[in-house]
Amino acid sequence: MDPILEVKNLSIRYHGAPEPAVRNVSFTLGRERLGIVGESGSGKSTVGRAIMRLIDSAEITADTMRFEDVDLLNASERQMLKVRGKRMSMILQDPKFSLNPIQRCGHQIAEAYRTHVRCSKAEARAKAVKMLEQVHIRDPERVYDLYPHEVSGGMGQRVMIAMMLLTSPDLVIADEPTSALDVTVRLQVLRILDGLVKDKGIGLVMISHDLNLVRAFCDRVLIMYAGRLVETLDARDLNNAQHPYTRGLLAAQPRIGGSRAPLPVLNRQDSWLTPQAQGDAL
Amino acid sequence: MKSVTISDLCVSFGALQVLHDIQLEVAAGECFGLVGESGSGKSTILRCAAQLNQKWTGTVEIGGKSVRDMSVAERCRAMQMVFQDPYGSLHPRHSIRTTLEEGLRINGIGNRDARLAQAMRDVGLPVEFLDRYPHQLSGGQRQRVAIARALILEPDVLLLDEPTSALDVSVQAEVLNLLVRLQKEKGFTYLMVSHDLAVVDHMCDRFAIMQHGRVVEVLPREAITQGGATQPYAKELIAASLEYEHAV
Repeated sequence: MDPILEVKNLSIRYHGAPEPAVRNVSFTLGRERLGIVGESGSGKSTVGRAIMRLIDSAEITADTMRFEDVDLLNASERQMLKVRGKRMSMILQDPKFSLNPIQRCGHQIAEAYRTHVRCSKAEARAKAVKMLEQVHIRDPERVYDLYPHEVSGGMGQRVMIAMMLLTSPDLVIADEPTSALDVTVRLQVLRILDGLVKDKGIGLVMISHDLNLVRAFCDRVLIMYAGRLVETLDARDLNNAQHPYTRGLLAAQPRIGGSRAPLPVLNRQDSWLTPQAQGDAL
Repeated sequence: MKSVTISDLCVSFGALQVLHDIQLEVAAGECFGLVGESGSGKSTILRCAAQLNQKWTGTVEIGGKSVRDMSVAERCRAMQMVFQDPYGSLHPRHSIRTTLEEGLRINGIGNRDARLAQAMRDVGLPVEFLDRYPHQLSGGQRQRVAIARALILEPDVLLLDEPTSALDVSVQAEVLNLLVRLQKEKGFTYLMVSHDLAVVDHMCDRFAIMQHGRVVEVLPREAITQGGATQPYAKELIAASLEYEHAV
């Protein structure tokens, strides 16, 4: 099977920073769900943004960075405009800040669609309403006309998902799609995203700091530490993780019904920063 | 050790009533959790108890004395608050020493150097860090400073407003361990807001579930795993948390 996304030795250094934020990250993505996990500052979001070519204040180098037939390293911005939002799209963390506050939710969805597909406004509206229905919004006609401040966080996030999936992209990058949501709606939103991704055969990159979430909703997991890939695993093998960093992260999480003994604290070691620890990421 | 008693606490922001007749009883030396969805009024309770918000009706008593009847100095020595985001709650242009010393100076407490050093040791930071600035510390270290700032006035009650939700799990573990150890050593009473039931289960003896400005139910910690909740929303919240944790 042809990979949707192929990244080889990706390094990203922000202008003015002495050290690269991401170094030598390699992975491929087929029609599967890939999780990228790490602490804040480990470079996971930076990888996502680099794939979308949304960073212009950094120097991006790689041996290969290819999305289907598009060479992401050399594609012009004009080419990227055709790809971004149509064939690959990104779901951001917080609907409060990512939706335009002065435009109706539905209008934003229709606009995203009309940017890429030639059709009448009425058609776009019909498409948007149908998509709202698919993300389990009960009264889509009404929600179409609401402003972002009139919808709850969970609903806002579903509006975002609808917007991003309406053009039927091949690749969706979800950057912490549920961390701003309450526990009660988190699972619901994840299930909707998961269902759509499965139905439409989309490749999903899920960026998260939550190992449990990634374990439940991804096929494969990349673990990042300080800009480096330290381990690649099948999600179901997460409990058998080899790298001390992965094991440390898993152990540090308090669990419902767990013992109340002091939580194991991550004992960071300099050896995690050496390249040999990266293993075979491909 | 002092208890906290909140009765008939009501708060309105303009026409909107955000807290409705809150009744809570926290025993001395207990760790009590407040959980609920965002906007349910958890943090507002803490802000009222700390008198950061003064427009409320009802009574809040610490050790049997109303916080309204306490002088500022007395109140500060009875309770202290630790805020959610250590990146926002420390003054960026004050050294750690200045930050910690301010409370001592205002309250006219002597022997400051020894107290500063002791506070740093209590939270497990090297004493040399006193001359650093917040940007030179990691998130977990900053939250330790915020906790040290709360400890230094030797309060009886600590109000913890999501003390770990801005932190990574690895750092959260350090801060939770610290809070557990401090409670054992100093016998604090904790009133802790959290949205994470796993954290509540790890830390608290009892907790209250809130929704729309009301306390839906007060439950012992065991109710999470053994299903002691009776109210529909409490059941839903616990079920969602359990499902989220076990969802595979």
